Amino acid sequence: MNSSLRWRKFVNVVMLGLTAVCVTVAVSALLIILGYLVIHGAESLSWNFFTQLPKPVGETGGGMANAIVGSAKLVLLASMIGIPIGCIGGVYVAEYGGKMFSFVIRYTADLLNGVPSIVIGIFAYTIIVLPMHHFSTIAGGFALGIMMIPIAVRTTESFLRAVPRSLREASVALGASKWKTIVKVIIPAAMGGIMTGIMLNIARVAGETAPLLFTAFSNRYWSPGWNQPAASLPVMIYTYAIAPYEDWHRQAWAAGLVLLAMVLLTNILARLILYSRRASASR
Amino acid sequence: MGAMTANPIPSFTSNAKPVDPNASGEASAMANAELRFKVSKLNFFYGPKQSLFDVSLDVQANRITALIGPSGCGKSTFLRTLNRMQETIRHTRIEGEVLLDGQNIFDMDVVRLRRRVGMVFQRPNPFPKSIYENVAYGLRINGHKGKLADHVEKSLQRAALWDEVKDVLHKSAYALSGGQQQRLCIARALAVNPEVLLLDEPCSALDPVSTAKIEELMLQLRSSCTVAIVTHNMQQAARVSDVTAFLLEGKLIECRPTAQLFTNPADPRTEAYITGRFG
Amino acid sequence: MERHFEQEFQDLQQRLLWMGSLSERAVHKAVHAVLEADEALAEAVLEEEPAINELQIEMDDRITRLLALQQPMAADLRLLIGASRINSDIERIGDQAVNIAQSATRILRHPQVKPYVDLPRMSGLAENMVRDSLNALVKRDVDLANSVMRQDDEVDRLRDQMFRELLTYMMENSAVVFPAFELVLVAKNLERIGDHATNIAEDVIYIVVGRDVRHPALDRR
Repeated sequence: MNSSLRWRKFVNVVMLGLTAVCVTVAVSALLIILGYLVIHGAESLSWNFFTQLPKPVGETGGGMANAIVGSAKLVLLASMIGIPIGCIGGVYVAEYGGKMFSFVIRYTADLLNGVPSIVIGIFAYTIIVLPMHHFSTIAGGFALGIMMIPIAVRTTESFLRAVPRSLREASVALGASKWKTIVKVIIPAAMGGIMTGIMLNIARVAGETAPLLFTAFSNRYWSPGWNQPAASLPVMIYTYAIAPYEDWHRQAWAAGLVLLAMVLLTNILARLILYSRRASASR
Repeated sequence: MGAMTANPIPSFTSNAKPVDPNASGEASAMANAELRFKVSKLNFFYGPKQSLFDVSLDVQANRITALIGPSGCGKSTFLRTLNRMQETIRHTRIEGEVLLDGQNIFDMDVVRLRRRVGMVFQRPNPFPKSIYENVAYGLRINGHKGKLADHVEKSLQRAALWDEVKDVLHKSAYALSGGQQQRLCIARALAVNPEVLLLDEPCSALDPVSTAKIEELMLQLRSSCTVAIVTHNMQQAARVSDVTAFLLEGKLIECRPTAQLFTNPADPRTEAYITGRFG
Repeated sequence: MERHFEQEFQDLQQRLLWMGSLSERAVHKAVHAVLEADEALAEAVLEEEPAINELQIEMDDRITRLLALQQPMAADLRLLIGASRINSDIERIGDQAVNIAQSATRILRHPQVKPYVDLPRMSGLAENMVRDSLNALVKRDVDLANSVMRQDDEVDRLRDQMFRELLTYMMENSAVVFPAFELVLVAKNLERIGDHATNIAEDVIYIVVGRDVRHPALDRR
């Protein structure tokens, strides 16, 4: 009896140790990456970085102002394409779809999500770049937008489904039509979750590189309007990192840090929104 | 009850006969009241399975009708057909006739039906909105223009909740206690001035004090509204209702004035159920 | 919180008290029919008795309804149980009054046996006991109820005294046997009325404090 107790305690301690080690490894990896980014990126950050255009090859200095703006434009365009389609599609699947239909849509969305992002880039290249005969912000936004759709559909659908049936019943029993119930009760109830999903979607897409390589391509100058190739932070990181210039390496680190900061801020914003909605709902 | 307000024993010369308050009770419960709902041979199918068998029942206007019976006897199913809520579930089918003031409810516009026949559910289900917005919801979707605040106040008063919430109308409905939330749901249903209020086990999730408040509330509502309540608590049915219907395995066994049903039921199955000798 | 059934309980008690007052009036009239040899009074008692019986049935019906429909607890429950017993006692008091009235019609055919001394005293006591027991119910007064119970001994003593006296009269003069015998019956009826009033008082104590004070000789450990 005593020996089995001792054995159990031993197993307990060993497993605890093993899981602690795994957690440490996982967190360490993350911390190391973050650490590198912060250390190397911070020292390269300057006011120039945010305000100046890239300097010609060989010259030091310069910044990535156009890439920052370009990323913002691309993400904005992608959101305008991907979010409405994805969210409204999610509403349809959650509220009107039958069992078979919902299953098919969900499966398709998961498939699309699993398509390598470079393949989506090729698709956008074929559809938009080739007929237009040039790279453009539109093409890049389009590619990113397509990537946003499946996630938007899934998160919208699952948050809508999570709204309790009792709320729908209450609304319907008061004489509300199905559409009014959706618009006035269900969507507002799920709004916190839907917006969180949107924010996370945006954060993810902001860092995509492969689809931009042959859609928006890149640009050493400002890209006015939507019809011209545009620089973006991920592509600039790629370009600068593999170049032989030390100065460019430093700028790449800085860009990585800025991108990370943008993603982090978006995530925090998403959580704050969700938290404040929950807090006001329970007050 | 402490000492009664000391009414002295009536003097020898007084021939005044105290008015019998119950003279109106039993006779008029059946005879004089008009009918609000007339249900004839209602059969309900969920897929291939039948859960109501030829149920014929009259719901009288301005009376409280209680539906009692063991779990699964079909009383909630029956109640929900009165405002066609069963249509929100797939694969349900109805045979039979349900008349509201003489009109067949299945020929009516369902939205208009549900505005005349309101429902309160077992678990309080206020919307995640403020107290004010909850009550105003029904009015808004009806396209109601003009001053909503008065209507909201009136509904909250009818639900005996106004005094408790009048200063915090902007707060979330979820800040209220369970009993208050249920009264809020009643206020929300009353806001559109329904002729009938259906309550599906409204107190089963509540504590005794909240239950008592809602029972008193129902008794006050009956002058302006017809009330039908499903309850698994037959003492509650005895306390508040004028007419009680006993259902068993989808069939209506007995429907009589409450005082008669609980003192001298006609059917031995009813007797077995209300004496607790069931099963 | 005011509950809807409170009015019904109030009405029940009012009706019970009304019934009690009818019985009290009947006793009063019946005794005076004897004391004043008044045939009209005796007939009035007989005519008014059915009203009391109707009330008994009505009271039982109300009590059954309230028990079934309102599931009363504690004081409410004791009130209904006590009211049911009091109902029965009041009806019996009415019956005793009828008996007295019937004796009165027979007595007045004969000359008065003796000056009535103990009879008015006894009847006064009995009527007081009935009135006090009902007042104790109205006021929920346990002390008043206890005083009723104490007076019963005096009523019993007066009955015994009347028995001895009337027996002596009957033994000395066989002509007065008929009226004297009726007077004995009247005395017995009055003593029974006292007992019923005592029962009512005991029921009032049960209603107010929940203690059953009947048969104090019983060892109730």
